[in-house]
Amino acid sequence: MDQAELIVAAQRGDRSAFDELVRQTFVDTFTLARRITGNEEDARDVVQEAYFRAWRGIGKFRGEAQFSTWMYRITANAATTHVKRRQRQRAEPLDEVAEPIDHRLEGQPAAMAESGAELDRLSDALDELPPKLRNVVVLKDVYDLPHEAIAEELGITVTAAKVRLHRARRKLRDVLEATGEVESRAV
Amino acid sequence: MQCDDVDLLMPGLVDGTAPSAPEVDEHIASCLRCQAELVRYRRLLRALRLLRTRYLEPTPGLLADTLVSLEEAVERELARSARSRRIAYAAAIGGTAMTAAATAAVLIARSRRGPERLAG
Repeated sequence: MDQAELIVAAQRGDRSAFDELVRQTFVDTFTLARRITGNEEDARDVVQEAYFRAWRGIGKFRGEAQFSTWMYRITANAATTHVKRRQRQRAEPLDEVAEPIDHRLEGQPAAMAESGAELDRLSDALDELPPKLRNVVVLKDVYDLPHEAIAEELGITVTAAKVRLHRARRKLRDVLEATGEVESRAV
Repeated sequence: MQCDDVDLLMPGLVDGTAPSAPEVDEHIASCLRCQAELVRYRRLLRALRLLRTRYLEPTPGLLADTLVSLEEAVERELARSARSRRIAYAAAIGGTAMTAAATAAVLIARSRRGPERLAG
């Protein structure tokens, strides 16, 4: 069965068809969850929650968007809820935006090329961003979701989403440049 | 036009959504710092887009765990909705029985009062 057939079967209540959809989209969903939460343990919980929500909502999937895009939105929403809950448990104020400090980064070329190692560093720098900035930059710049969809999933205005995005990019740029300076001084 | 003003416009300049403004173009054309910033900004966005195709490998066994957890969650929900249905059914039966009893009581009371009124 192709994906469209699996979706129709799952909408009729066929669990094995839905399980196959889970298998087909699993790595993608996990990657997004991991990028938004910034750690493996939370990503694990988010993935499980996202697929449960998808199963409950599969009847409402009308196929206007791709199934993967629909899963991104569910995953982003589940991840955001999870991160907020985590922050409350850790008694960290939601508005607190800590300065990203990445002790793991060791040397960053001043001009960033797109080699694998440098993308790994960018990936690490993303993990160090505060969650409310990280989820916006991941959804917009990595997954190319429109501002409107991001705002809706995160429960914020489009303007707030754009402001967060700009702040997130600046912080990323600062982190990458700071590590570049460390390297320059070391040379 | 200052460099800080251009910095605020950077997202729109990079994705082409910023309205055309001659003073901005003139500033950038004459400012090496802003030109460098634009280049860095574009590189950052290009690299972020590339992350889309760099998948992160889930822990071994996570897929299987997820399928099991999904199965359990679905079963829990089915059990919960079956319990809710039973409670609603019992409540409906109880309600019907009480209504029937009340109706019967009223009818009995009326039937007892009826002959008395006639006699009066």
